[in-house]
Amino acid sequence: MTSKNLEISVGAFVLAGILALVVLALNVSGLSYRADDQSYYLFARFENLAGLSERAKISLSGVTIGRVVSITLDTEDYVAVVKMAIDKDVPLTTDTSASILTAGLLGEKYIGLSVGADDELLINADEIEDTQSSIVLEELIGQFLFSRSE
Amino acid sequence: MMVKALINRVRFMGNGVLNISAGVGRAAWFFIHVLSWGSGFKAPFKRLLQQVYQLGVLSLPIVLVAGLFVGMVLALQGYHILVGYGSQEAVGQMVALSILREFGPVVTALLFAGRAGSALTAEIGLMKATEQLSAMEIMGVDPFKRIMAPRLWGGVITLPILTVMFSVLGIYGGAFVAVEVLGIYDGSYWANMQNSVEFNEDVIKGVVKSLVFAVVVTWLAIFHGWNATPTSQGISRATTATVVQASLAVLALDFILTAVMLGGF
Amino acid sequence: MENFAELVDLSFSRDGRLILDRISLQIPKGKVTAILGPSGTGKTTLLRLISGQLKPDSGDVMVDGLSVPGLSRNDLFALRKRLSLLFQSGALFTDMSVFENVAFSLREHTRLPEHMVRDLVLLRLQSVGLRGAAHHMPSELSGGMARRVALARSLALDPELIMYDEPFTGQDPISMAVLVKLIRTVNDQLSLTSVLVSHDVEEALSIADQVYVLSHGRIIGKGTPEQVRQTHSPELKQFLFGHVDGPVSFHYPSKPLEQEVLPL
Repeated sequence: MTSKNLEISVGAFVLAGILALVVLALNVSGLSYRADDQSYYLFARFENLAGLSERAKISLSGVTIGRVVSITLDTEDYVAVVKMAIDKDVPLTTDTSASILTAGLLGEKYIGLSVGADDELLINADEIEDTQSSIVLEELIGQFLFSRSE
Repeated sequence: MMVKALINRVRFMGNGVLNISAGVGRAAWFFIHVLSWGSGFKAPFKRLLQQVYQLGVLSLPIVLVAGLFVGMVLALQGYHILVGYGSQEAVGQMVALSILREFGPVVTALLFAGRAGSALTAEIGLMKATEQLSAMEIMGVDPFKRIMAPRLWGGVITLPILTVMFSVLGIYGGAFVAVEVLGIYDGSYWANMQNSVEFNEDVIKGVVKSLVFAVVVTWLAIFHGWNATPTSQGISRATTATVVQASLAVLALDFILTAVMLGGF
Repeated sequence: MENFAELVDLSFSRDGRLILDRISLQIPKGKVTAILGPSGTGKTTLLRLISGQLKPDSGDVMVDGLSVPGLSRNDLFALRKRLSLLFQSGALFTDMSVFENVAFSLREHTRLPEHMVRDLVLLRLQSVGLRGAAHHMPSELSGGMARRVALARSLALDPELIMYDEPFTGQDPISMAVLVKLIRTVNDQLSLTSVLVSHDVEEALSIADQVYVLSHGRIIGKGTPEQVRQTHSPELKQFLFGHVDGPVSFHYPSKPLEQEVLPL
C-alpha cells in the first residue's frame, strides 16, 4: 500500500463518516438551523398539559411553525405556563387559540394553534388567552359515565 | 482438617482477588502510559493513518453489511409488532431510535471487537513473542509510544465513524424495507422519524457511547496483546480474552450509559 | 585494562528458582568476552540484566560507570542507545523491509537527512554482505541472513557495547563461519566491546579474548581460551569437551534398574 493510496483511502473514510453524520443530522433528525433571532416568544397557560413535553411542536393548520421551549408551573394560580418559540414570519392575531392535541391515537402531544379574526397581532412576550387543555381519556370516560347516569 | 480446607479456600479466593486487582492495576498503568503520544518521533501522523486504515477502512465491509441487515430486520419486525396497534406509520421512528441509541453503537462495537480487536491482540502478541518489542526497547525506542499509542488513537477515531455509517445504512435499509416491501408511505416514514429524533439527544448520545466503547475495546485489545504469554497458545488465549472481555464490557457499559442518559442516575 | 561493564556479586531468581548466584564478572573494553554454559543457565538473563530489562535481586550491574538498576527510565533509554543486543532469532521488525529495519535507529534517534541515512544503511549492509537484499522483507530471508541483517541493524548507531545472544545456534557451517568472522572483525574494526553468550564451545573459543563458564548459576571457569582448555576441573572438562557422563550425570535420578524391570 503506497503512501499516497493510504492517505487517499483514509481521507475518503473520514469524509464518508462526516457525510454520514450530516445525513443523520438533516434527514434523520430533521435538524434545521433556526437561530434565536428568527423566532419570537409567546406564553400560554393550561390547566392540564397531560403529556406535553419540551420541544413538542407547535402547528398551525398542520404546518409546524414553532417549538415548546420551556414548561413551568405557576405556583400562585396552579396552572402550567408554556413558553413557545414561534417563527418570526408567522403573524398570529391576539385572539388566536391554542389547544393541546394528540398526534394519532397513541401519538405525542403537540400544541395546535388556530387564528382568529382580530386586527391586532401578538408580539414577543405576549400571552395567548384562549387555551384548551389536553383531553385526558379518563376524564372523558368519567364525563360519559356521569352523563349516562342522569 | 476442615478448618485447614476452609483456610485454603479463603486463601485461594484472596489470591484470586489480588490477582484481579493486580491485573486491573497493570491495565490502568498501561492505559495511562499508552495515552502519552510522546515527542521527538518522526512521522507519527503517518503511523496514525496506517492504523485508521487497518482498523477502520478494512472493517467497512462487515460494518456496512451488518448495518444494512440490522436496519432491514428492525423494519420488518417493527412493522409486524406495530401493525397490531395500528401504529405501523411509526416504524420509521422505531427503526431510527433503536439504531441511533442502541444497535448502532453496540453492534458496531461488538463487530469491531471481534474483527479489529482480535487482530490487534494477535499482532501485538506476535510482536512480543518474536521479541520485536524487546528489540525496540533495547534500541532505545519506547514501544508504547511507537506501537501502542497510534493503535489506541486509531481505534478511538475509527469506531465512532464506523458507528455513524452503520446507523445511516441501517436507517436507509429500514426505509427500503418499509417503503418498498411493506408499503408504508415514504413521507410518513421520514416525517415521523424526523419529528421524533433529536440530534442532540439521539445522534450525539449514540456517538458518545461509541467513543466510550472505542476506548475500552481498543485498550483491552492492546493490553491483552502486550500481556500475552509469548507462545502460540498464549496468543490464542489472549485473542479470546480480548473478544470475550470487550464484548461483555460493551454490553455492560451500554446498560450503564443508557441508564445515565435516560434516567439521570 | 579498563572494564566497560561489570557484574558485582549479582543474584537473580525467577519464580522462586535461583538462576544467578552471587556472580561477579568483568567485561573488558575493546575485547570479545564469551560467556559459555549449558542451556538454561541464565545466560540470556545475564544479558537482559546488563541492558536493564531485568533488575537483580541483589548486587549491582555497572555499565560505563553507571549503575544500571538505579537509572531512571529516561536515563536508561539514553544508555541503551549506546548498547546493542542481537537476539537469537534476529527479532527483525516483520512489517518493515530489511532497509527500513537497519535504518530504524538512525531515523528514530538522529535527525540525519534521508540521503545520509540511505548511505549509512547501505554501508552497514555491505559490511555484513547483504547490501543486495536491502528491499526484501524479513519473512523472505533465511535464518542466517536474518541474523546478519539484525547485526547490521545493531551496528547502525555505532554502539559501544554489543551483546550476542546465542548467535551460532542452529546455523549451517557456512553461516556459522560467516558469523564467527563478522563478530571478530566488527569488534576490531569498530573498536567495540563484545559479549557473546553461547553453548557452541569451539566457535566461541575461536574468537574470544576472555571466557567465563557458567553452570547452575555460578562461574565454574574463567580465563583466556587456552587457560580454560587446560583446566583440571571435571565439571568444566565435561562441558568443554562434551563428555557424555561426568559431574553432570547421564542418568536422571531414579531407582536401580533391577527394581523396576526384573520381577521380584
